[in-house]
Amino acid sequence: MSNPLKDMEKPDVIFCIGTNMTECHPVAATRLKKAIANGAKMIVADPREIGLTKLADINLQLRVGSDSALLLGMAHVIHREGLVDEGFMLDRTTEAEAFLKHIEEFTPEWASEVTGIAPELIEEAALLYGRAERGAIYYTLGITEHICGVDNVQGLCNLALMTGNIGREGTGINPMRGQNNIQGAGDVGAIPNNYPGFQAVTDPANQAKFSKAWGREIDHENGITKVRALEQAGEQIRAMFIDGENTVVTDPDREHCERALESLDFLVVCDLFMTETAEFADVVFPATGFGETDGTQTNTERRVQRLRKAVPPPGEAKPDWWIISRLAQRMNFKGFEYSGADEVFNELCSLSGTYAGLNWDRVEFGEYQWPVPEEGHPGTPRLHEDRFINGRGIFKLIRYRDPAETIDDDYPVWLTTGRRLAHYHSRTQTGRSEGLDYLRPHETLEVHPDDVAAWGASDGGWVNMSSRRGSVRIRIESTTRSPRGTVFSSFSFNDVPVNVLTGSGYDPVTDTAELKVCPVRIEPAIEPTGD
Amino acid sequence: MSDNSGLTLFLDGEEVGFTRGESIFQVSERHQKDIPTLCYDERLEAFGACRLCIVELEGARYPVASCTTKAEPGMRVTSKSGRLEMHRRVLLEMVVSENREVDVNELAGYASQEMTTLVDRYDARTGRFAGGKSGTSRADDPNPFILRDYEQCISCYRCVRVCAEQEGDYAISVMNRGFDTQITTEFGGLLVDSACTFCGQCIQTCPTGALADIKALRAKDVEEPVEKTRSICPYCGVGCAVDIMTKGDRIVGIQPAMDGPANEGALCVKGQFAFDFVHHPDRLKTPFVRNDHGQLVPASWDEALDKAAAGLLAAVNEHGRHSLYAVASGRAPNEAGFLMQKLVRAGLGTSYIDNCSRA
Repeated sequence: MSNPLKDMEKPDVIFCIGTNMTECHPVAATRLKKAIANGAKMIVADPREIGLTKLADINLQLRVGSDSALLLGMAHVIHREGLVDEGFMLDRTTEAEAFLKHIEEFTPEWASEVTGIAPELIEEAALLYGRAERGAIYYTLGITEHICGVDNVQGLCNLALMTGNIGREGTGINPMRGQNNIQGAGDVGAIPNNYPGFQAVTDPANQAKFSKAWGREIDHENGITKVRALEQAGEQIRAMFIDGENTVVTDPDREHCERALESLDFLVVCDLFMTETAEFADVVFPATGFGETDGTQTNTERRVQRLRKAVPPPGEAKPDWWIISRLAQRMNFKGFEYSGADEVFNELCSLSGTYAGLNWDRVEFGEYQWPVPEEGHPGTPRLHEDRFINGRGIFKLIRYRDPAETIDDDYPVWLTTGRRLAHYHSRTQTGRSEGLDYLRPHETLEVHPDDVAAWGASDGGWVNMSSRRGSVRIRIESTTRSPRGTVFSSFSFNDVPVNVLTGSGYDPVTDTAELKVCPVRIEPAIEPTGD
Repeated sequence: MSDNSGLTLFLDGEEVGFTRGESIFQVSERHQKDIPTLCYDERLEAFGACRLCIVELEGARYPVASCTTKAEPGMRVTSKSGRLEMHRRVLLEMVVSENREVDVNELAGYASQEMTTLVDRYDARTGRFAGGKSGTSRADDPNPFILRDYEQCISCYRCVRVCAEQEGDYAISVMNRGFDTQITTEFGGLLVDSACTFCGQCIQTCPTGALADIKALRAKDVEEPVEKTRSICPYCGVGCAVDIMTKGDRIVGIQPAMDGPANEGALCVKGQFAFDFVHHPDRLKTPFVRNDHGQLVPASWDEALDKAAAGLLAAVNEHGRHSLYAVASGRAPNEAGFLMQKLVRAGLGTSYIDNCSRA
């Protein structure tokens, strides 16, 4: 997030797009509710009628995968109505002229054709955001899990840049990160293109720094993404080490994923449970979990916080840092002689510009949000206040692209997937905690009542849902939360492995999977019997 | 911005500064006056229901509730006197008459000890005003999280207010008045049929244990003392600070950290209640290795580490250092991710590393 969580109580206009925040980030959503109680207006763009919809002043129920068209249409109106912040564009951005020319063709009528939203609503939303004193954008995977995820994010950046809604209290571009330490995983360099602290692998200065730190030459080229690695499993990729990810259940195209893991010569998995993914492994390491580990993690507002051990782990389970460093030692790798998580974290801080002013003791109370460039620095709750890291904000000339697969006669229904409040991902944790099944005992497919009737199905009845990749059997829940022609289910329940269906395409820049769009065919089925 | 400089009042004879908009209660709290209250939660609008926070104000005929009285320049406030303490004791005895019992297990909730603490402090006679009572418990509500023991309710409305002001859910409200007062959902139904999201905030703000943490109370008969360890919730990326409650080697419950920088006392149903997985019998307790028959069987650390190292290195030796790929977790601590990328970079000189952020 460009802005701190507490800023969520400060905007006068909130724009939520592709974020089911009341279910996926409920505590953050409470702050938006406070802003609304204090008079803020909210625009919500989502294909479904979600919790936020009920709180919104303007609802933009767009067709799945059409976000970038909506954002172009809004930018067009903001420009046409003279609501651009010319001073900000002049002082802080580049490519502004080209951008303003570019968006002339994307009228609200055009955007309406693509998104299915009435042009008047697009105008209304654009005027509201364009006139905001403090306009804040919040988004989640509904924006990024598309083949045009990067375009979508850049479309949002364009809106913020043209209105000067960045670098001030209650504004910003704020991705809500989905996992407790997904921010940290990127921060620490567990990505193929960056060393710790987002230091580019391809930058000669960084290459020199890290080859000196670790006493060896390191490739000057980026590595490959997990998506490409799974594609090359059994060919170039022969062995994998997976820490704490139930790849088989949570990645798209389950069959492809299972085939990939099967074709490896050797697989090592580290996890709390014998997950569906661990079942494929040659060696499984038992890791410590919540309440059993000392360590640090970094939240969605870039706040580095300490984790503390409260109970001993079961049996011989060990902390991840111990497992990875001991494995490295057995592989005869140098520099893995750690005796505690504090030593690992301090080494990270010594190598990362964003964590440079931190150490184990300094993060004890979670006061710091990165970047903390040097000791004594107070941290940076709000990014881009005086200048952008790269100097100027760059407008990107995006266009709308269709999803990788679109509906047709064979697969006439849009499936979109997501999470539900009571469960988390593949339910390895919430499925093993008493009471959560009281709220959500099994998966359902949310279908508009008119569609239920048209397909000859019934509320609570079973259907087969098929895509070009596979088929699952699922129970119908008749609800107006889904619009006509679009259905929803989570990927949490292993008996309804929805990711058998997904995996139609990937963003060309980030390789992020288009999990939010999957054309399907739905046919009534009989109830499954037994196991 | 209003100018706050130079605003002072006299608190128990001492001249103290304050900020415009502060209540007398807030000013007194900053000066450790320890004024009693039962309906106050610093995150919520002051309500003035319990009247225990009364103070004397020079020029006012009767004591005033300090939580709902704004500080004004030059005020002369007395926070403690024989007369005030007598009034407070009587008020407390009237409140306590609502309760069948005053011993509340500390596992019930974060604020659950507030009333019993005050009863002890004032040596309040709990039976003095015995008789009418408000609130009918909802033993019929089968939800596995929130105990609804309204016989203990003192109508402070903290639960109703936290649900509205803090959560924005408005799932519960107050029906009737006087001895007929009842905290309830719309149409008097079960919580699951209401707007309740089971975030547990009502449990944590209840000062009497009328609303209580059913999951934590499972451990009420365990002998060991409750200890709390500050950590961070293991679910989404908001990073809510929690206090893990343990008895011996078991996690028995979770309480939100009221001073958690990301959550300021809030939690959701997962952070509040979804912790049993930690002690679930399915947890891996030893390493496993695949044996000659293709089965995963328990192994020692030595055996597992050696086998893993040999297996990974065999691929590298045969197919080159770009044949090994590492996937770091978005769920494990920073130290895990850092070492995963160091393993391939320092060990093999590649950047064949990613995490689960792309799917």
